[in-house]
Amino acid sequence: MKLIILEQYDQVSEWAAKYVRNKILLFNPGPERYFTLGLPTGGTPLGCYKKLIEFYKNGEVSFQYVKTFNMDEYVGLPRDHPESYHSFMWNNFFKYIDIRAENVHILDGNAADLPSECQAFEKKIQDAGGIELFVGGIGPDGHIAFNEPGSSLVSRTRVKTLAMDTIQANARFFDGDLSKVPTMALTVGVGTVMEAKEVMILITGGHKAFALYKAIEEGVNHMWTVSAFQQHPQTLFVCDEDATLELRVKTVKYFKGMMHVHNKLVDPLPGSLKKN
Amino acid sequence: MPSNGSVSDAPITQFINCRILKEHTLQREDLWVRDGRILDPEKLFFDEQGYADRQLDCGGAILAPGFIDVQLNGGYGVDFSTPSEDPGAGVAFVAKKILEHGVTSFCPTLVTSPPSVYHKVLPEVKVQSGGVHGAGVLGVHLEGPFISLEKKGAHPEQFLRTFGGSGGVNPLLEVYGGLDNVSMVTLAPELAGSQSVVEELSQRGVTVSLGHSVANLSQAEEAVQQGASFITHLFNAMLPFHHRDPGIVGLLTSNRIPAGRSVFYGMIADGIHTNPAALRIAHRAHPAGLVLVTDAIMAMGLPPGRHTLGQQVIEIQGLHAYVAGCSVPEALEAASLHPAQLLGISHQKGSLEYGCDADLVLMDDQMVLEATYISGVEVWRK
Repeated sequence: MKLIILEQYDQVSEWAAKYVRNKILLFNPGPERYFTLGLPTGGTPLGCYKKLIEFYKNGEVSFQYVKTFNMDEYVGLPRDHPESYHSFMWNNFFKYIDIRAENVHILDGNAADLPSECQAFEKKIQDAGGIELFVGGIGPDGHIAFNEPGSSLVSRTRVKTLAMDTIQANARFFDGDLSKVPTMALTVGVGTVMEAKEVMILITGGHKAFALYKAIEEGVNHMWTVSAFQQHPQTLFVCDEDATLELRVKTVKYFKGMMHVHNKLVDPLPGSLKKN
Repeated sequence: MPSNGSVSDAPITQFINCRILKEHTLQREDLWVRDGRILDPEKLFFDEQGYADRQLDCGGAILAPGFIDVQLNGGYGVDFSTPSEDPGAGVAFVAKKILEHGVTSFCPTLVTSPPSVYHKVLPEVKVQSGGVHGAGVLGVHLEGPFISLEKKGAHPEQFLRTFGGSGGVNPLLEVYGGLDNVSMVTLAPELAGSQSVVEELSQRGVTVSLGHSVANLSQAEEAVQQGASFITHLFNAMLPFHHRDPGIVGLLTSNRIPAGRSVFYGMIADGIHTNPAALRIAHRAHPAGLVLVTDAIMAMGLPPGRHTLGQQVIEIQGLHAYVAGCSVPEALEAASLHPAQLLGISHQKGSLEYGCDADLVLMDDQMVLEATYISGVEVWRK
């Protein structure tokens, strides 16, 4: 893995956004070959989305030939509910960029047949040629998407009941009222994300530090599902200083020492590759 | 188009690079219009996989709901209360001109007149939608003749009336000839027999306004309980505020307003009819009820902008945020949302919520108008 350690949330957001931008530009998508991007929701990626919107507005990147696949969606929440992940993606990303609705894929938590909806989603990913880059976050309990502790590390897109930890973490979006938080969600599986060509996990804040420690310094364990990515050939963890608080000093020093190399990944690309 | 056509094929316009009046503030958001109504872009995206056919760059301007003037007696040489051969044409002429002031809907107002005038004029002034031809007519505002002698103001004394003993709206039907196309009646509630009139008018969906009256606060509150919801040009043509009997002005802070109802009050904010300090007192006491009106008369027609009248500098725009001392969103709402709420049409007009009619004004930070739209169509540009 590459562990990218930056000072604060804003730097993490910028680094991650630049990485996504460069990946799209290097891929050089077009009408015959779309860049497939897996996307998260939540507080962590907000800054990254803002930056990507900026890059779009500056003409640095276009999402016209980008297909997106979101990780998850609540079950039973109306699509236009302000806390649905559809609303999140629209309000924080899609409405500002040039992505076409037909290239956006978000699980439908109100589908009549939820297992079929999950299977159909897996098929859509397959039909799109797989995912080039899956961006994700990590929960305080080390989950990726809604793959709560105990989720199979080879799981596929399915219905999950949310852990109390997750419901509590989400309560802040529902007026702090636990009874208003949905209890089930559709989520891509750990296995689904593992199939992406590349995975980038964003982790910020001291409250995520223990989860990061469990994910990268301890063994692969289904109680901390992000640890599965130790077995993925191309994983990036992008985090801020606070998120490293539970790591060994040695780990942190090692990866900080690599920053001059890793930062090259986000350098502006030579003019010939830039898009408008 | 472009969309999957599951809802509509009509073209979609996206106003970009603007600040829209939403949720009582100016927000940097795009505004989407289709079929003359404001469109929910999120539904368009997810349900119809649609996007805009064209984008209109507003250059950073303010995009607000079109203004609604509920008290307009005429203008540009036309007086609605003076019958001509074609009253309808007079209204249409004024309706077209007021687009330049950002007024997209209005209530042509008739002052106290003899029955013959009402019988001649009212049938010719019909409720109709606005468009390129002019601002929409929401209905007529009948200011008088059931008003107080002492507070007649500029109304002709000989045509003032009382309700008589029969009760109900029969005296009104006699005088006016009918209540079709009437959206508001201003009356003095202290006149005997007013309670049943107020009640029946309200039940018929006609907004009842108190004005040109010497009513005390009790009488005014009773009228509100019967259904009255507006005060015609607050402070003018009514008893002045007195600390032991605030009169009609006291409605602004009365605790005897029925639950769920609000009293609105019209203000002519030209700095002349009301001292700006008085305007501010009213606004601070009851900001949600302020409705800006022009009460414009035949002589209106000066071009928009600043004019001097003696020592006074007036803005002829229908909006006087600086005089009122309120914020820009508050001023904009006083000219659009509040009149719409008063008339019970705020689900359709006076707001930029999804589904509302796309009656819009585009203005700069000095509130100088740049363009007016009705149902999403540009009807005037500077």
